[in-house]
Amino acid sequence: MFEPFQYQFFVRGIIAATLVGGLCGLIGVYIVLRRMSYIGHGLSHAIFGGAVVSFIMSINFYVGASIWGFLSALLINLTTRKRKIGADAAIGIITTASFAVGVALISRYRGFTLSFDAALFGNILGVSRGDLVAIVVVGALVSVLLFVGYKQILFTTFEPDVAQFYGVPTGWVDAVFALVLAATIVVSMQVLGVTLIASAIVIPPVVARLLTNNFGKMILLSTGIGAFCGLAGIYLSFFIDVSSGATVVLFSAALFILVIAYSSLKERRVILPGFMGQNSKELEAKTEV
Amino acid sequence: MLHPKPHEYEGHQPLLQLRGVCCGYGGKAALQDVDFNVARGDWVGILGPSGSGKSTLLKCILGSAEVYAGDVLFDGESVGRKRPRIGYVPQLETIDWQFPVTVEQVVMMGRTAENGWFPWFKKSEHEAAYGMMERLGILRLARRHIRELSGGEQQRVFLARALVCNPRLLLLDEPTSGLDIKTRDEILHLLDELNHQDVTILMTTHEINAVAAHLPWVVALNGRVVAEGTPAEVFTAPVLKEVYGAEIPVTTYQGMTLVAESPHHLGQTRASGIIHSHTHNDV
Repeated sequence: MFEPFQYQFFVRGIIAATLVGGLCGLIGVYIVLRRMSYIGHGLSHAIFGGAVVSFIMSINFYVGASIWGFLSALLINLTTRKRKIGADAAIGIITTASFAVGVALISRYRGFTLSFDAALFGNILGVSRGDLVAIVVVGALVSVLLFVGYKQILFTTFEPDVAQFYGVPTGWVDAVFALVLAATIVVSMQVLGVTLIASAIVIPPVVARLLTNNFGKMILLSTGIGAFCGLAGIYLSFFIDVSSGATVVLFSAALFILVIAYSSLKERRVILPGFMGQNSKELEAKTEV
Repeated sequence: MLHPKPHEYEGHQPLLQLRGVCCGYGGKAALQDVDFNVARGDWVGILGPSGSGKSTLLKCILGSAEVYAGDVLFDGESVGRKRPRIGYVPQLETIDWQFPVTVEQVVMMGRTAENGWFPWFKKSEHEAAYGMMERLGILRLARRHIRELSGGEQQRVFLARALVCNPRLLLLDEPTSGLDIKTRDEILHLLDELNHQDVTILMTTHEINAVAAHLPWVVALNGRVVAEGTPAEVFTAPVLKEVYGAEIPVTTYQGMTLVAESPHHLGQTRASGIIHSHTHNDV
């Protein structure tokens, strides 16, 4: 049971996956509630372009990819706000164009040595001490920013158009959020890979939403679920010998199926008072409260 | 029946002044040459059909629509220069009712800007929100999710949020739209009560008899201000024809000016045309 913990790479990997899972779960709450689930998927592709450019220009990966991701997220926000283009279309255009830049550069520069597979599907074995430090720093920064801007971000997420009438600087909130999202995706790439980040951002908040109607509780639940899925997914991947990123995602998806089945059963129980032994008088008493 | 305060602003500077305002979005003007005033303690209804520019007018006052000409002055100062203290109640249809927020969380949003970047609300702010919820009769619902409320309760929640920031003007976008008769009556009486407590109200509506006829002052809009005055002054056949593009008969009932909301002349023409062609074919 504790066999995998003998290996240094595994300990680093499981800590990274737990932190990244929690971080993606936290940020995912705002993404899902803004109905921009596709942005996680798109932005990770956009950042792939940034990663390739950073590699070619010999810029630090975290700096180059973060700036690229931040600018892509800002561009998406700007396009959605200023033009008659929906968020989904803006994400589709900007992020695939950015991904194509990465692919074009790789095919143009033959001496490219960055592992394509690791970037696309994640490589938990490759998590270095430096990557771990980057995850901790970004995690702390994101938590502080979301904590300090809790009220402003909540209002902006709930009613983006109305929040500005109440004096919330929605432009700034969106810019800070874009930066936070880009940084989260950059540090998550090594663990989950470009193609699987979206599920880590979307599944935990969706599961949390099925379990609670309270925004604060949803944040705590989603962060916890994300961290748990990261931890359990990596642990399982050691035994079943499957890619770490894929195991984390499959584990999250299984949890989602379990929770949606539970919530459907619960709803049926409310709709059919006699169902599962609950009589209508008990139900009436509950709903009166 | 409501007993609204009369529209009076003689001798005082109006709270809100629109002077020759031309506004819209993306370089396209939705409203032209809009001129009217709202006095302190006033209750003004903006009446017009869909697409007449009612919501754009509110956005223009709130500073989010583009102003191409003229001035929007709040307390004598341009709204573009300084954010006026305005409470805004959006159309209920625009709210995401699945969003995981409770009544209390929505009402507290009204205090977001007052508290700067401090992560939580002060005790006094919570007390102000509880006081407002009690005043509007929704305190017992504070912990409920917003989807679990009736239409009237939902409207009260958003009214409470607008009022908790101590606004000098309350803007409501179609506050009775989609509500049943009883709830609509409750909301109108609540607004009347607030107006008698010196809350200045500017609201849009497309309901002539059910809402606009009960208000002390009405501005009829259709891309521009067609007429303004008491319902009796505005609800005339020529004004209604200009606003709605149809002959609408006007009548009075218990001293109130009402309109006969019959199918308009276009419908009648088309209907008679069909009958005519049928008759022709039959022959």
